[in-house]
Amino acid sequence: MAVAEPSAPVAAPARARQVGRHPWLSVLWTAARTPRGAVGLTLAGLVLLIAVVGPSAAAKSPDALLMQPYAKPSGQFLLGGDFLGRDVLSRVLNGGLELLIMAVAATAIGVAVGAAAGISAAYLRGRPDGLIMRTVDVILAFPQLVFALLLVSVLGPKLWLIVLAVGLSHAPAVARVIRSATLDISERDYVKVAELQGMRPATVMGREILPNLISPLMVEAGLRLTYSIVIMAGLSFLGFGQQPPAANWGLMINENRAGLPLNPWAVIVPAALIALLTIGTNTFTDAVARVTIGVERRPEEAALLDELTPRGAR
Amino acid sequence: MATTTVPAGPAVSRRDAHPILDLVSRRVVIGVVTLLVVSIVVFVATQILPGNAAYAILGRSANPARLHATERQLHLNRGELEQYWLWLSGLLTGKLGSSLANGQPVWALVKPRLINSAVLVFVTGAIGALVGVALGAVAALRKDSWFDHVTSVAALAVTSLPEFVVAIGLIILLSTVVWHVLPAVSLLPPGTYAWSQPKLLILPVLTLVIVIVPYIFRMMRAAMIEALESDYVEMARLKGAPERRIVLRHALPNAIAPTIQVIGLNFLYLAGGVVVVEYVFAFPGIGQELVSAVANRDIPVIQFIVVVLAAFYVFMNILTDVIALLATPRRRLAR
Repeated sequence: MAVAEPSAPVAAPARARQVGRHPWLSVLWTAARTPRGAVGLTLAGLVLLIAVVGPSAAAKSPDALLMQPYAKPSGQFLLGGDFLGRDVLSRVLNGGLELLIMAVAATAIGVAVGAAAGISAAYLRGRPDGLIMRTVDVILAFPQLVFALLLVSVLGPKLWLIVLAVGLSHAPAVARVIRSATLDISERDYVKVAELQGMRPATVMGREILPNLISPLMVEAGLRLTYSIVIMAGLSFLGFGQQPPAANWGLMINENRAGLPLNPWAVIVPAALIALLTIGTNTFTDAVARVTIGVERRPEEAALLDELTPRGAR
Repeated sequence: MATTTVPAGPAVSRRDAHPILDLVSRRVVIGVVTLLVVSIVVFVATQILPGNAAYAILGRSANPARLHATERQLHLNRGELEQYWLWLSGLLTGKLGSSLANGQPVWALVKPRLINSAVLVFVTGAIGALVGVALGAVAALRKDSWFDHVTSVAALAVTSLPEFVVAIGLIILLSTVVWHVLPAVSLLPPGTYAWSQPKLLILPVLTLVIVIVPYIFRMMRAAMIEALESDYVEMARLKGAPERRIVLRHALPNAIAPTIQVIGLNFLYLAGGVVVVEYVFAFPGIGQELVSAVANRDIPVIQFIVVVLAAFYVFMNILTDVIALLATPRRRLAR
């Protein structure tokens, strides 16, 4: 008895600390085990694999002119030729990585800037809040794609610029969500305690508020990743992303659509990959949202997740 | 509504008596200020930021004479504030200058396209709202049936699809590879408008409807389920009201109120969505014009179209808020 007594309270904090260090991992793991999450992860993972491994797996050069334009699929060229007679399979394998990297980078920028703006607005209140939220209103008045096009029209289709433009166009929506979640958290006791201990506002926001926002942040990151992929692929399709002769799924669809009656695979395969990728990320995000903000969840998860989910996000 | 009577007491101001009017006027003022800032952002981004816009436009064909002419046209030889003022007053008085790509006046170039895009957006919005509301209501009434499951999964899958992927899918299905029943491009003869050839509208409208319906469907389904489980529906059932009346008179109106906001948001979304869809189908609207203006760096055209899109955005935002307010009795009366 005397030995067992202290062991129980010791075990509990140990588990809590473990969860506290990687709470996002346990949420992701829980989401991945739901049917929706499993489907989403499988789809997105499959496309991710093709995009990442593809460039080294491609047997032929993506730029070499190997056959007649729009040649039909053959034993040697499984997906046939594109509008210049290049190997579609090799171009498909090479065409996803840059798109993915740009989408992830834009998402990271959007979530980071949006979270910083949202937390600051809610925590500092007053003038900073007004200033940040008015800025948000102005950026929200531009459709995201138009915002990116506006910047591209001036500085040309530079990849860093597109990443920055898409990232910044995500920030306002993220800021709004995070602001309302933070408004709730900043009233909590542990924030008051930290303030009374003389913690600087920046430290309070970074150490006390931010860790309690991971649920809405994860859902936002998932949503913005899906939108980033949509916008990046769209910009490439319009001709303002990677420039020819680069292989890029969005660009490929546009380049080869005139030849749809001849070799539809040059369009169908990149379009299907983009579709599977966005369906995958969106479905997985939906599973994460269900797990964190959620409807159907198991009791032991509920206890964990109540810790993670601010009331404002429900 | 009691709000129409003008209160006599001096303590109650006119403002308090018209909560909706008050809200609308406040939103309009904020909207105008937002648009003013938007115009500054557009102007700075296109004309001031990258050094000399004339260079950017002319590129390699820049020679001193042409550079000078372009600078004059954009008023680049004046101070920044004066440039902005000239541009803004031109915008407000309809003197928008001419396209740098083909010399046509901007307004003459954009106006027919604006009308075509408006037709596309409103036809899409109307069909999308009807289909979304109807599907959502039926799914809610048959909750957990196969219809509900199939539509919900389809909605989740389709919400995330890029417009151009949907458009390409429809082209493959309906106008090239599988069947060949509809035109793959929506080229209109010059001088004619979108309604003169409805067949050319089908694919662009269908694409956009497919893209917006899932959002409306999901919102309507959730709101309808909530309404069907509410106390007033329970009450109506206990009174013995016929099921038809319960659905149409009690549940439906209450479920549509929150859905209106989502329908409004989808109109906002369409302001950006038309860009890609018009480009895919070569539909002569402002979206397609924006894409070619960006490719040609046709700055006067870009400036005008972006401001028009932003104005539509701000206006629809206000309209959505006001309609949602009017549709929700609880919020209408609460001050």
